[in-house]
Amino acid sequence: MSGEGQAGAVLGGLAESEQLEQRPQPTRDRPRRGLGRWLLPTYVTIAFAFLMIPIVYTFVFSFNDSVKSNIAWRGFTFDKWLNVCNVEGGAVCQAFGNSIVIGLVATVLATTLGTMIAIALVRYRFRARSAISLLLFLPMATPEVVLGAGLAAQFLAVGVPKDMVTIILAHTMFCISFVVVTVKARVASLDPALEEAGRDLYGSPSQVFWRVTFPLLLPGILAAALLSFALSFDDFIITNFNSGSVSTFPKYIYISAARGIPAEANVIASAVFLFAMILVITVQVSRAAREKRLAKLG
Amino acid sequence: MAMREFAERGADLELVGIHKRFPGFTAIEELDLTIPAGSFFALLGPSGCGKTTTLRLVAGLDEPTNGRILIGGTDVTATRSHERPVNTVFQSYALFPHMTILENVAFGLRRRRIDDPAGKAHEALRLVELDHLAQRRPQQLSGGQQQRVALARAIVNRPALLLLDEPLGALDLKLRRQMQLELKAIQEEVGLTFLHVTHDQEEAMTMADTVAVMNKGRIEQMGAPEELYELPRTAFVANFLGQSNLFTGDVVGATDTAIAVDAAGSRIVVPAARAQRHSGQVTVGVRPEKVELHREQPAAEADRNLIGPGVVTDVSFSGVSTQYLVEIPGAGRVLVFAQNISFGPAAAEGDRVWVSWAVEHGFGLEDTPDEARFQADASTSAIAAQHRDALVAELEEH
Repeated sequence: MSGEGQAGAVLGGLAESEQLEQRPQPTRDRPRRGLGRWLLPTYVTIAFAFLMIPIVYTFVFSFNDSVKSNIAWRGFTFDKWLNVCNVEGGAVCQAFGNSIVIGLVATVLATTLGTMIAIALVRYRFRARSAISLLLFLPMATPEVVLGAGLAAQFLAVGVPKDMVTIILAHTMFCISFVVVTVKARVASLDPALEEAGRDLYGSPSQVFWRVTFPLLLPGILAAALLSFALSFDDFIITNFNSGSVSTFPKYIYISAARGIPAEANVIASAVFLFAMILVITVQVSRAAREKRLAKLG
Repeated sequence: MAMREFAERGADLELVGIHKRFPGFTAIEELDLTIPAGSFFALLGPSGCGKTTTLRLVAGLDEPTNGRILIGGTDVTATRSHERPVNTVFQSYALFPHMTILENVAFGLRRRRIDDPAGKAHEALRLVELDHLAQRRPQQLSGGQQQRVALARAIVNRPALLLLDEPLGALDLKLRRQMQLELKAIQEEVGLTFLHVTHDQEEAMTMADTVAVMNKGRIEQMGAPEELYELPRTAFVANFLGQSNLFTGDVVGATDTAIAVDAAGSRIVVPAARAQRHSGQVTVGVRPEKVELHREQPAAEADRNLIGPGVVTDVSFSGVSTQYLVEIPGAGRVLVFAQNISFGPAAAEGDRVWVSWAVEHGFGLEDTPDEARFQADASTSAIAAQHRDALVAELEEH
C-alpha cells in the first residue's frame, strides 16, 4: 500500500485521491454456502466488538458521576461534559491545549519541510539522494523508546532545557518521515508535462508552483498534515522523554492512570473522537454529493 | 515579463547550428533551420529522430548544448520558457485537471495580465466549438475535445509561434482526419506560424506547407510535400515518406539529360536532373503507383524503363487499388499499386509479368539503402526512459 493510501485509510478517506474514486465496484453478493454463511459475519462482529468496546467504554464513562476514580459506574450526569476544565485546576484542559498547540506547530513544520524534501527527492537528481531516501525511513523504523531517549540525551548534551520547543522539535522530526513518504507518492504520480505546460503558458517558476504543482499535490499534502497531527497528538513515548515538566494530553492520562483517570479525560477523548467522526462523515457526504453532481453533468 | 501584448502576427523561427547532447546520447547532431512567418511547417521522422527534442528546445523546456534559437530575429536562446512568445500543444494535452476548461484556456492570459481573460478565453473556445463546455473539468471531456481545448489554450495567447507535439497521436483515425482539417483551417484563420512534429507522414503531407524529414538528429530533406514525395533525395526519405522501389547498380551510360544504371542486368534510365549522383554506384527508384504491370512483354520504348519478366508473389486488393508484389530475378521485389479501373485484379499470384514506368518518374538517390538503415522500433517513451537512466547513472557516478 502506498503511503498515501495508508493515510487515506487512517483518516477515513479525507485525502481525495483519484485512485480511490476509480476503484471498481465490488461484485454483487452471491448466495453463500456452508461455513461462509455464518463464519464471516461472526468473525466480523467479534472483530468490530473488539475494536469498539474501548471506545464505547470511554464514551459511556464520560457520563459517569464519578468521584476521584472513574472505574465503577455511579450514575449518569452531564456535569463532566459541562465543567470539563474545572477539575484539578484545569489540568486536563491545560494538557489538552498543549497537545493541540504542539500538534499544530509540529504539523505545519513537518508538512512544509517534508513536502519540500519529497519534491526534491522525486524531481531532482543530486548526490546522496538515495542515501537520504533511505535515512528518512529510520525514524519510522526505530523504536520510539530509542528515538525518545536518544533525543533526550542530545538535548541534555547541548544544554537545551526541555519544554514545549523540545517537544515540537521531536514531533517535527518523526512526522517529517511520514510526510515525505505520503507526499512523494503524489509527486511521483504528477505528470511533469503539467508543470511544463504552466511554464509554457507564461507562468514564472513561483506561479507554476502555486497554481499548478501545489494544488495538484494538495490532497497528498493534506493527508500528510492530518497524519502528522494525529501522530503528534497521541504520541506519548517520545514526548515523555523530551517534555520536562510540560504536560500533554497522553502524558496527563498516563500519569493520572496511576491514581484513577478523571472522567474529564474521557470527555475530552470522546469529544476528539466525535470531532474526527464528524469530519470524516462531512468529507464523505460532500464528496458523494459532488460526484453525483459531476455524474449529472457528464 | 517582456510580453504584455499579443504578437501581431506569426514570426520567423531560426535555428542556427543547434546541437543537443544528452548523457551518452546525441539527440540533435547539427540543425540549421529557418521557418518563415505564417507557414505551417512539419518536422517528420521516426521515434527518437530528435524531432520532439527540437520542439522542446524551441519551447525553452530544454537547453541546446550548442547553437542559437531566434524568434522573429530576436535571440531567445538564453531566455526561459515563460519568457518566450511560444506556446505548445502537448502530446498528452497536459490540461490542468484542477481547473475548469475556461480557467485552463485563460491561464496564459492571466499570467500575462491581458485584459478580459475570460472573454478572450470564451472566444477561443468558440473557435474550437467547445464554448458550451467551458465550466466542465478536463476529465469530463473526450480525447478529441481535450485536444481542441489544448489547442484553444495555446492559440488564445496569439503566440508568434505555435508548437504542436504529435497532438493528434491519441485520436482515432476518423477524428484525426477531421482535426487535421480543423487545425489547418484555424492556422489559416489566425495566421500563426505552426511547427508541427509528427511521425505520421500522411498527416505531415496533408497539413504542412513545408515538411522536413528528420533522421538520427539531422534533417535529411526539406521541401513542399509534393516535392519530397516525387523527388526524394535519400533512401530514408524514399521509404519513410510513402513507399519506393529501389534498385542499386553502376552507372553504365550518362548523357546530358539522363543516366543509365545497370541493375543486375536490367537497364534503368533516370533523368539527370532527377538524380543526385551521376557516376559510380547509384540507387535509383520509382514510386509503386507509377509502375505499370504487363502480362505480355510490351515493345521497348525509349521513354519507358522495362524490366522483367518476373513472377507475381502477392496480390492484395484494397478497394480503390490493388497491390502486387513482383519478384524479378536480379532486380529484386517490385511493388506495384494499380488503380482498379476495370473489375478484378489484372494479374493473379504466380503469373509471369513485366513492369514498366516512364523514365521521367524515376529518381536517383544520393545514398544507397544500406547506408540508411534506421531503427524505427524504439518508441519515444523507451528512448526517454533510456535518457533518464543514462542521466541517473552519470549523476550517481559523481
